[in-house]
Parts: sequence; structure tokens; C-alpha cells
Amino acid sequence: MTGEELLAAAEKEQAARRQAKYCVAVCAAAGCHSLGSTSIREIFQKAVNEAGLGEQILLYGTGCLGLCHAGPLVEIQRYREDSWERWLYHHVNEGMVAEIVRHHLGGDQPLAQFLYPLDDPFFRSQYKIVLENAGRINPERLEDYIGADGYSALWKAVSEMTPMDVVREVTQSGLRGRGGGGYPTGLKWSTVAKSKGSRKFVVCNADEGDPGAFMDRSILEGDPHRILEGMALAAYAIGAEQGYIYVRGEYPMAISRLKTAIRQAEKVQLLGNRILESAFNFRVDLRIGAGAFVCGEETALIGSIEGNRGTPRPRPPFPAEKGLWDMPTLINNVETFANVPAIVRNGGQWFSRIGTEKSKGTKVFALAGKIVHTGLIEVPMGISLRQVIFDIGGGIPDGKQFKAAQTGGPSGGCIPLPHLDLPIDYESLIKVGSMMGSGGLIVMDETSCMVDVARFFMQFCMDESCGKCVPCRAGTAQIYRILEKISSGTASLHDLELMEELCDLLKHTSLCGLGQTAPNPVVSTLRYFREEYLAHIEQKTCPAGVCRMGAPDAACGSAEPVQEKENCL
Amino acid sequence: MSVKTLMINGQMVSASEDQTLLDVLRENGIELPTLCHLDGLTPIGACRLCLVELAGSNKLHPACMTRITEGMEVTTHSERLVKYRRMILELLFAERNHFCSICVINGQCDLQQMGYDVGMDHVRFEYQCPAVEVDASHERFIMDHNRCVLCTRCVRVCHEMEGAHTRDVMGRGGSSRIITDLNQLWGKSGSCTGCGKCVQVCPTGALFEKGRSAAEVVKQRDFLVYIKTAREKHLWIQ
Repeated sequence: MTGEELLAAAEKEQAARRQAKYCVAVCAAAGCHSLGSTSIREIFQKAVNEAGLGEQILLYGTGCLGLCHAGPLVEIQRYREDSWERWLYHHVNEGMVAEIVRHHLGGDQPLAQFLYPLDDPFFRSQYKIVLENAGRINPERLEDYIGADGYSALWKAVSEMTPMDVVREVTQSGLRGRGGGGYPTGLKWSTVAKSKGSRKFVVCNADEGDPGAFMDRSILEGDPHRILEGMALAAYAIGAEQGYIYVRGEYPMAISRLKTAIRQAEKVQLLGNRILESAFNFRVDLRIGAGAFVCGEETALIGSIEGNRGTPRPRPPFPAEKGLWDMPTLINNVETFANVPAIVRNGGQWFSRIGTEKSKGTKVFALAGKIVHTGLIEVPMGISLRQVIFDIGGGIPDGKQFKAAQTGGPSGGCIPLPHLDLPIDYESLIKVGSMMGSGGLIVMDETSCMVDVARFFMQFCMDESCGKCVPCRAGTAQIYRILEKISSGTASLHDLELMEELCDLLKHTSLCGLGQTAPNPVVSTLRYFREEYLAHIEQKTCPAGVCRMGAPDAACGSAEPVQEKENCL
Repeated sequence: MSVKTLMINGQMVSASEDQTLLDVLRENGIELPTLCHLDGLTPIGACRLCLVELAGSNKLHPACMTRITEGMEVTTHSERLVKYRRMILELLFAERNHFCSICVINGQCDLQQMGYDVGMDHVRFEYQCPAVEVDASHERFIMDHNRCVLCTRCVRVCHEMEGAHTRDVMGRGGSSRIITDLNQLWGKSGSCTGCGKCVQVCPTGALFEKGRSAAEVVKQRDFLVYIKTAREKHLWIQ
């Protein structure tokens, strides 16, 4: 494919969409898929054909529409007088399909009773860059992505920019790593670009493992070509010819869509040799993770791609200098790569106008836990946590009181009520003892016990510790033991003291980020909810009524089934 | 090879560029406890006992894997480092079943000696007492997982020195195990050459020879440096 052909294909796709009477996008993300959206799509197609509208209606599956709690979702679009009209149907079932086809598609009468209001704060307060193509494209069609200006950034880069221009554009945008650390992306790119090596590699970290997080999965499932384009731009900028996407095996749909996308792109020379008739070559291969959380840590991920046991190694040397097979390697998260095409297309300056002074752009969050609108959102940096939870998220269900929000998964911390007006950016979240993380946001209400929450995350870290370094391997197990004692009312204040000492040890002596940040949920719940810990220890009561008091060992003998019976010896 | 000058605990010290910080420290008589490190094997920085403070860095660095730089300022025995080392040892003693009085290597054990060195007179953590196996299927050696600290010296010596790669690590976290071949009995291993290098490098009583009393155990480890030097300098060619 040449650049001219790319532009022509884009024109053609856009014209086809504009000419269609209606575009019907059925959500095909994993959430809606599990609610039966795939069969809804088939039923839709059948009903459309039967109504004789097959020629005029463009029907396709699309990436996550965001409002996961109200699935299956169907978005209907129409181009009229230079703008797009949109309607969103929620909780779509078989019966509704027939009516939508008859009245809306056939008779131009939207069914107000089934519609979700698009002026709801859920939609109004969002700002979409990474997720801009949700609803607009079929992730399994390359032409759709091209129609949405896809690969135009790559064309721009290979035809009129030098590799350093691309690095400069990304640096100027102020984009920071979306995997959690927030390391300036442009700086990382220029380091790898300047590192010497006979080969260089680009790696996309898609080993998303935080409990309650599904941002990367949704991006991969909804817009796989965007990641490929972002990686190709990175490869062009740093001088790499080979890329790897390390995606976890638990994401079969993401894997299959990535495979499709790679095959499609290779077929038309958007990947492979002489991309868009330029001298730039770039291939991408998939590597499937086998279920270890620690492989999301970059040095463990490198080990895993090389075919070794996925355990971290001390840095320096950093992967930018010595990564895959000791060659300079650029590792970025899915969402980071997803931002790049838009940055190159619209310019770094455009991107740097969004967000706050130090945190630019937008952030995708996966809302989970005790919140009305469970789902996927993208908001500009600097928006307050209160807006995210109460405006976009719709607040706490069943009239309950908000207690805390956990960001950053098992490496992050909780943010209590007094800090709700905090702007969401990298620095502010660290200041209150949490972190941005990859974007999981778990909301807890008054019925959540903070000791129990800390225990859950510590158990996760204990199970996921690779076992290489002593503080993480043995320390997480000891902290978990103490938390178990506290939540069963059998701990003493001395145990609490010991636990705090252990948290300090892990933070400072663990080999990798997993161990260093494992104590964060404990430290932050202790910081804001110390009285809850004390109630468990001194009064032997759980204020939220979650923990069962009584020695865990003694409970084994009782007739009542105990939650963790298998742990008893 | 250029020479660098660095400051260790307030003392000026010179060292050559290719040395690790641990080499330099030992050369100057500063002893740090180490478990996973052994001269001749690739360092992995896993036991975290040799962590030191470097001026200008808010992180702690494992001396065994730290390259020296000009003007580096190192602190090896600050109050918190001493405390951390002691806690790490306590964690190790509480992790599996380390009872010196009935151990085949009592008196010759690196872990035990380190406990004495850092003044660890008791363990504040709850003993985890896991139920772990003993593999006595080999004709001459025994692997007792109760005493294993997962330092992986045996894994590395088997891979790097003997070239057999009989050993590896299985599982993760506290349930990690050193395995023989694909988790088979040692006595049934098809790749083990029976060289006994793993037994020699084991810091504890996890790997030992059958039929020897504690007093008779001598760990011979110098061979590693001989082999490594010979390989690096190609001594056999002359």
C-alpha cells in the first residue's frame, strides 16, 4: 500500500459511513459479549435483512462503549447535515431488536423508553483520545481503522518526519507512561534511540493484572490497530525492526483480535518490509503470558519473552540500555502506545494542552466495586476524584455512604473521603499515599472493612510474589499472617508494630516493584483507617461487620462452614 | 582498565573498574553477609543481605551487582541496614524448618553463621512450618527442602559450571521449590552427572552427602573460581 492508496481507502470508508442510512454499532467488548451481544448482533442482522434494510444499514461489532453495567449496548449513528446524530440503547434483548429495527431504523422513530440519555454526565465529562474509535469502528476490519484516520500518523512519520522529529513530538506532548510509573515517554524514547546496539526492540506490555482493571484489555479488543500503529511509530523513532506484544493468556479475545490485526496489516504492507513504500521495516509478534502477575514488571517480562522463568532482575542496567537479549529495548504500556498515533497526527502541542501542568492528556479508568456505573471511562488529567465517582460514576448504589477508593491496584493505596476533591494526576495521588497505577479504580462503601481490603491485596501479592527475593517472598506471607490475626480478633498491638516494621522492610529492600509496593494497601489503610485496625485488635469487633471474630484455627472444629477452612491444618 | 576512587564509610578506597562493589568491600576488609552470592557464579541480587546505601540515591543497592563509579559514596552499616539484614534473616529462619541442633550441617552452615554475625538471638515472626519434602532417592546425596533458602546457587552451579541444568525453580512465592529435571526424583534424573557441585555450594543443610556426620562436613567451594578463571583466560589452550 502506498500513502496515496491509504488516503483513498480512508476517503472511501468515510463516504460509505456517511451515505449509510444508519450505522449500528453493537458493543463487542468482553463485558457485553458475556451478556450475549454477539447473538444480539446476529439477530439484528437478520431483522435488518428481513426488513429489507440490508443495503442501507451498516451493522458491525465495536469496542467497549463504556457503560458496562447496562450492557448489551447498541449505538445507532446517522450522518446528517455535517454532523453525527447518536442514540444509545441499553440492556438490549431480542424483543427490543425487532422494535428498534421496525421503528427506529425503518420508521425513523427512536424508541425513547429504551434509550440511555447521551447528555448524562457519564458521557459529558469524558474526553476521548485513546477510546475515540469505540462505537466508530469494527476492531476486526482494517478498513474501518483506516477510515478513522488510522495509519495516517505512520504515513506522516515515514513520509515527512525524521525519527528524531517523532521523538521530539512525543517529548513535547508531555505524555507519561500509563502503566503506572509515569515516566516521561519522550525521555524513554530518546534514551533508547541514543542507546547503541546491533538490534533494538519495541515491546508492548499488555500483561494487565491488577484486580478490577480492564483498560488495556478493552483497548486491545476495541482498537488493536491503534496499538500496532503506536508501536510502529515507536519503532521508527528508535530504530527498531522487531516488536513484541506481551499479552496475558487470560485475554483470548484480545489475542485473537491482535492476531487478526497483525495479519491484516502485514497483508497491505502496513507492517513488514518497506512499510508504505518507505525504507522502514517493522514486524510484530505476540507473546502470550502464562498467568504470572510479576511478568508485568519489565525485567521479568523480558525474561519471559526470552523463554526463561519470569523473574525480575535488579536495575540498572535498565532495559533502555540492556533489554531483550541485552539489546536496547523500549517497553511501554498499551495505553501509552494508544496515545501515540493521535499525538503524531495532531502534534505534541495539541496533546500538551489537555490535562494539568505535569500530567498531560487523558487517563482511562476502569470503574469497579460499589459504584453505579461500572465501566470504562476516559477523563482528562486533573479532573477531581469526586467528579469521576459521583458525576461520571453515578455515585454509590443503594444509598450507601462512600468510604474510600482504591487506585493503583495492589501497588496503590486507598483515598478516603477528605481527599475526594483531589485532582487526578501522578503527583497528587502519590502525595496522599496512593498512585495512578494502570487505571483500576475500585470504590468501597461503608460495608467494606479496610482490614479485609488490605488482607485481600496482601494475599494477592503473596500469591503473585515470584519467590526470588527474600523480603517479598517471606515478608508478604508474614504480613498476611498478621492481617489474618487482626481480622480474626486475635492480634495484639505488638503484632501491629511488627507489621509496620515489615512494611518498611519490604518497601526498601524488595528487588522489584511488586515487593516494594506490596505494603502500600496496608500502609494507606493504616494511615486513614487506623481506628478500624484498633477496633479489631482492642475491642475485637469489625466496625463494618465483615470480619468474623474468633481464632481461625479454633473455628475449624465448629459445625458451621468457615470461609477459609482449607487453610486450617 | 581504569582505576576509580570511591568513599566507603568515610574512607577513601581505590578499585579497578571491573570490580563489583562487593569485591571492593571484601578486599578492604568490610564484611557483608551474603547468601545468594558466591564467587564464580553469576550474581542475581536476590537475598538482599548485601544491600548498601549510595549517596545521591534514595534506593538501596545490592553490592554484589553494583558496578563502581568514580566518587561513589557508600555506607554499609547504617542503623537501618543492620536492622534490615537482621529482619531478612529472621524471615528466612521463620520461613521453613531451620532447627540447627538437629541439622546435618550444624556448625558449618552459612545461614547459622550469619545469624550469629548479625546478633540474631531470637525470631520475632511466627514460624510458618510448611510441610515440605525430603528427596533421598539419590545414591549419594540428599535434598532436604526444609533447609532450603531458595538462593539458587545449586541451580546456577549446575547450569553454569557443570553445564547439566539438572536443577531449576518451580512454582512461585513461598511455594517455590528447587526441582530436579521436570520435578522428578533426584535418583531418577537423566541429566544429573552426580558431580556433587550443588552439594558443595549449598549454604545450608538442604543439600548434603549421605553417611556423613555434621563434624565431617567440609564445603569445598574454591573450584568455582578456578574454573571461572580458566574459562575466562582460556588457560587450557596454552
